Amino acid sequence: MSGISRRRFLAASVAGCAATTLAGPRKALASGTFSGYPDSMGVLVDLTRCVGCRSCEAACNKEQKLPAPDRPFDDMSVFDETFHDGKEKRRPDENAYTVVNRYNPEGGAPVYRKVQCNHCNEPACLSSCFVNAYTKTPEGAVIYNGNVCVGCRTCMVACPFHVPAYSYSSALDPVIKKCIFCYDTRLKNGRPPACVEICPQEALTFGKRKDLIKIGHQRIETHPGRYVNHLYGEEELGGTSWMYLAPVTFDQVGFDPKPGNEPIINNVKDFLGTVPMVLAIWPAMFTGFHLLAKKQKGHDDHEHDTEKQHGDDGGEQ
Amino acid sequence: MSAKKTLTTLIMALALITVGTLVAAADMPEQVSLDTMVKYFDGVEFDHAMHADLGEDCSTCHHHTTGTGTTDERCISCHAESEEVADVSCRSCHVTEPFSAEQIKQVASNVYLFHIDKPGLKAAYHWNCVSCHEQMDGPTGCQDCHSRTPEGDAFYHEDATSSSVAEATGHE
Repeated sequence: MSGISRRRFLAASVAGCAATTLAGPRKALASGTFSGYPDSMGVLVDLTRCVGCRSCEAACNKEQKLPAPDRPFDDMSVFDETFHDGKEKRRPDENAYTVVNRYNPEGGAPVYRKVQCNHCNEPACLSSCFVNAYTKTPEGAVIYNGNVCVGCRTCMVACPFHVPAYSYSSALDPVIKKCIFCYDTRLKNGRPPACVEICPQEALTFGKRKDLIKIGHQRIETHPGRYVNHLYGEEELGGTSWMYLAPVTFDQVGFDPKPGNEPIINNVKDFLGTVPMVLAIWPAMFTGFHLLAKKQKGHDDHEHDTEKQHGDDGGEQ
Repeated sequence: MSAKKTLTTLIMALALITVGTLVAAADMPEQVSLDTMVKYFDGVEFDHAMHADLGEDCSTCHHHTTGTGTTDERCISCHAESEEVADVSCRSCHVTEPFSAEQIKQVASNVYLFHIDKPGLKAAYHWNCVSCHEQMDGPTGCQDCHSRTPEGDAFYHEDATSSSVAEATGHE
């Protein structure tokens, strides 16, 4: 075997490796992209209809058998609560899977916004969970198995909406707590969640996600003066089962106005796509190099030295 | 002679109008009990006659169903000539459970249905009443129209206990 052929072999190997590296992740991305179950359900939250009565909070509390609140549900002073020097409003926690906040956009009437899990098509919490506690059900709910949750709280960091809460009050078995779309008691039986059913204003519309998208755009078209022309959650972060219509720009009512349309998992998909390739190909390839080098050392020591002395091609030093 | 004729005509016209009003009044309920969904709040005894006097015409609340035409430009293209329907009550069109599986299926299966986003009965009541009350300075608080039931008191105003329980158990 001559030096030239060995060089050719190495060049071909490197080229092949590079090609696999480039092609690999793209292929993995294509195979792993998920745009939601076709018949999944969702809820359209229309902020122009919400009057801030907090009935949804009360209904959620009863349905999920959560502890009685510090302040009753007919106490509207909770809207004045702020945290972190007035920068943050209320957030869902272990005792309340949904909360309503009040915003006062400039020169307009107050706008109330309900906050709960938005049940992403490709949930960041799910992809971040290393014990696989989370499930996106075909009905659209993002549910979790508290029995396998180890309390690492990675999902709390991963969630772009800051939704999963932690049962800090439980010293022995702290787990993640969040809205599950009333999956166990309602959604899996084809019933709307408790908050939707109680809402006196029909600010919450329950239906198939694809129908809600149609309805959302129809409302904007029918009442152009009432809404900003955007259905939040249709595209954001790969799409969410809960979507929003608002009378003012979304940044004025506490939304991240531009979270991007890529699911959170896409930030690491390229990298993760290369992992199986590296694990499968590199051991074989480097074993091959090793064997080849060893073989050459045994038979062609003289030729190798000669070539090195000439040194006109620095390619393989 | 001509004055006499005019007077007769006037009297006859008046009589006709009176009869017409009486017929309409006989058709129109004085009072309507809105009590199909009583749970956390009592029903509303709706003074229909009083509101009918206030309203410009029936279509303000009844859309195109009373056969009096509609002035809403979004409705006119289809309902300008709509006739009076057999049942003009709110609940004959607005269902009490708009999000039941059957209702969602029914709406989805009717490909020719235009009104795919029709509110349920509870929302229809609240939108119609509250939006007008806001304009006319009518009552807009929940219990201004219907009082809360004991069940509703428990639902909305359960004694706040979690903090006192935390104190009792010494949890900080």
